[in-house]
Amino acid sequence: MILEYFNIAVKNLRKRKLRLLLTLIGVIISVAAIFILISVSLGLQAAVTEQFRLLGADKFFVQPRGQFSGPGAEGAVELTEDDAEIIRNVPGVKDLAPWTLAPAKLSFQGRIRYTLVMGIDLETSPLFIESGAYQAEEGRLLLEGDQGKVMIGSQYKHNLYLGQEVKVGNRLSINGREFPVTGILKPLGNPSDDRMIHMSFEDFRPLFKVPSRIDSIVVQIKSGEDLQEVAKKVEKKLMKFRHVDEQTIDFTVLTPEELLGSFAAILKVITSFLLAVAGISLIIGGLGIANTMYTSVLERAKEIGLMKAVGAQRNDVLLIFVIESGLLGLLGGVIGVIVGILASKLIEYIAVKQLGTTLLQTAIPAWLIISCGLFSFLIGAISGFWPAYRALKVKPVEALRQE
Amino acid sequence: MVLIELAGAEKHYQMGETLVRAIDGISLKINRGDFAAIMGPSGSGKSTALNLVGSLDLPTKGAVYLDSRNISQLDESQLAQIRGQKIGFIFQSFNLIANLTAKENVMLPLLFQGASSEERQQKAQELLQLVNLTDRMGHYPNQLSGGQQQRVAIARALANDPEIILADEPTGNLDTQAGEQVMAFLQELNRRGKTIILVTHDRNLARNHAKIIYSMKDGKIEKITKKINHKWEAVS
Repeated sequence: MILEYFNIAVKNLRKRKLRLLLTLIGVIISVAAIFILISVSLGLQAAVTEQFRLLGADKFFVQPRGQFSGPGAEGAVELTEDDAEIIRNVPGVKDLAPWTLAPAKLSFQGRIRYTLVMGIDLETSPLFIESGAYQAEEGRLLLEGDQGKVMIGSQYKHNLYLGQEVKVGNRLSINGREFPVTGILKPLGNPSDDRMIHMSFEDFRPLFKVPSRIDSIVVQIKSGEDLQEVAKKVEKKLMKFRHVDEQTIDFTVLTPEELLGSFAAILKVITSFLLAVAGISLIIGGLGIANTMYTSVLERAKEIGLMKAVGAQRNDVLLIFVIESGLLGLLGGVIGVIVGILASKLIEYIAVKQLGTTLLQTAIPAWLIISCGLFSFLIGAISGFWPAYRALKVKPVEALRQE
Repeated sequence: MVLIELAGAEKHYQMGETLVRAIDGISLKINRGDFAAIMGPSGSGKSTALNLVGSLDLPTKGAVYLDSRNISQLDESQLAQIRGQKIGFIFQSFNLIANLTAKENVMLPLLFQGASSEERQQKAQELLQLVNLTDRMGHYPNQLSGGQQQRVAIARALANDPEIILADEPTGNLDTQAGEQVMAFLQELNRRGKTIILVTHDRNLARNHAKIIYSMKDGKIEKITKKINHKWEAVS
């Protein structure tokens, strides 16, 4: 019986294709928007979680506080080699890898570009490499004894950041000094990371005139130690050393858990806000359906009257119209999901090709597709309820009298 | 045996300032198996009377009995049930649903009675066969002639095997030949035991087919004539 109502509904919808399309556009756009937002948000979350997984569960970061413009900017607060020494002596700390950033002028065969150079401690470079999950695509990574050499990001090879491909063995001029390239990294996903140049502190400090500043320290704990506990101890020791208290503390100890948590919280706020906007547009789409259905009820008064004359009960009439508007919603939802999938893939493609980031991945789980479809069917059915209720009030006599 | 009875039925409604007395106190009894015609000029209240008999409308005053049951007090859903089971309607403008095929139109009343899919299919086929439209089952109303559409409507009216067929000017939109054919079907149905009530303004149509004629004027029954031994005689 219900099946027959679906048949009637489909036949009714097919008769008014243009109106159908116009009504659906609103639903399609909003469902697609919701789909894309959730898909990108899920993808981002997965990508970031993956980054932290690569980092490992035995590491945390120590950074100066108040660096509003990010590491490498000139700021009043600095960490130095002395701070690193203090941290190294905290019980439970196995090793640490400090790094510092500086802007540099790069030139290669007449082409000049500006980028960030990162100075690292070659003695602890394996830890640094592990913390960033760096892998060499060509040549090898920068290790102990590699003073005077550089390791460069993937954009120099794939995206021709310097106008042409840089190969292992090529010499880059950095702030006027020449460095041979020992290795090229595999893409990390983030364009600024993929343009980074790494060199030893021994070369970095005199070249950029940064005698002891440290922008970030990766701390590795001994196996069996509790990460939070060690992080707490490090914080205490460093506070004492730097003569600061809880109020005036000028550095941060960041554990992966905290980072991930704050990232997830921010992502959630942004996603919820955007979803609310998309939700409003879906409601407007629903109003479009309601409007179309209402017109349809008025137009088909005679048909409704006839159905009542041949024995249709209130529920039958209600069901016929609610199913019809539900199908309208579902159709909009299905098309919206298809548009959403295509758009998500396009976003991914643009992110990789144009922005050079592999972080902007989209996730398209089955539950998202199904719930988008189901949700739009519901919106349609709810939107059709009021017009359908109006149909109930059609008096068969009056409707049939209209000749 | 009385199947339908109107007892002092009135139907008044307000149209702007004026009170329209569409039906102004009529009483009539229609027996099972009758072929009755309600005749009168337009505005005489004949269609309103038919609506009351067909439980499409309720009287403002008075009562309507169907099978000795007073239907004037029933609610909408009970009325729909009665219409679906006991009454088949045939209208002047056919009133087929344009989006549905001939067969689907015939299946519609069965659907509302909860008949199974096979039942609906089978019954609709039988009925369309009865009205000689076997080859038109999959056609939509706009692909059918007026006469064919009215025959689909007849088949639809018969779908739930009702006791009563109400025909409101069934030949009004048809040419003579198609009209004759439709009337022949109604006659045949009456012969098979269906009670037929025909509403028309056409005196000849009424005289040629009905057994009893109620002539209406200004919402009242003016006269009742009956065919006795092939002659029409006034009974009141």
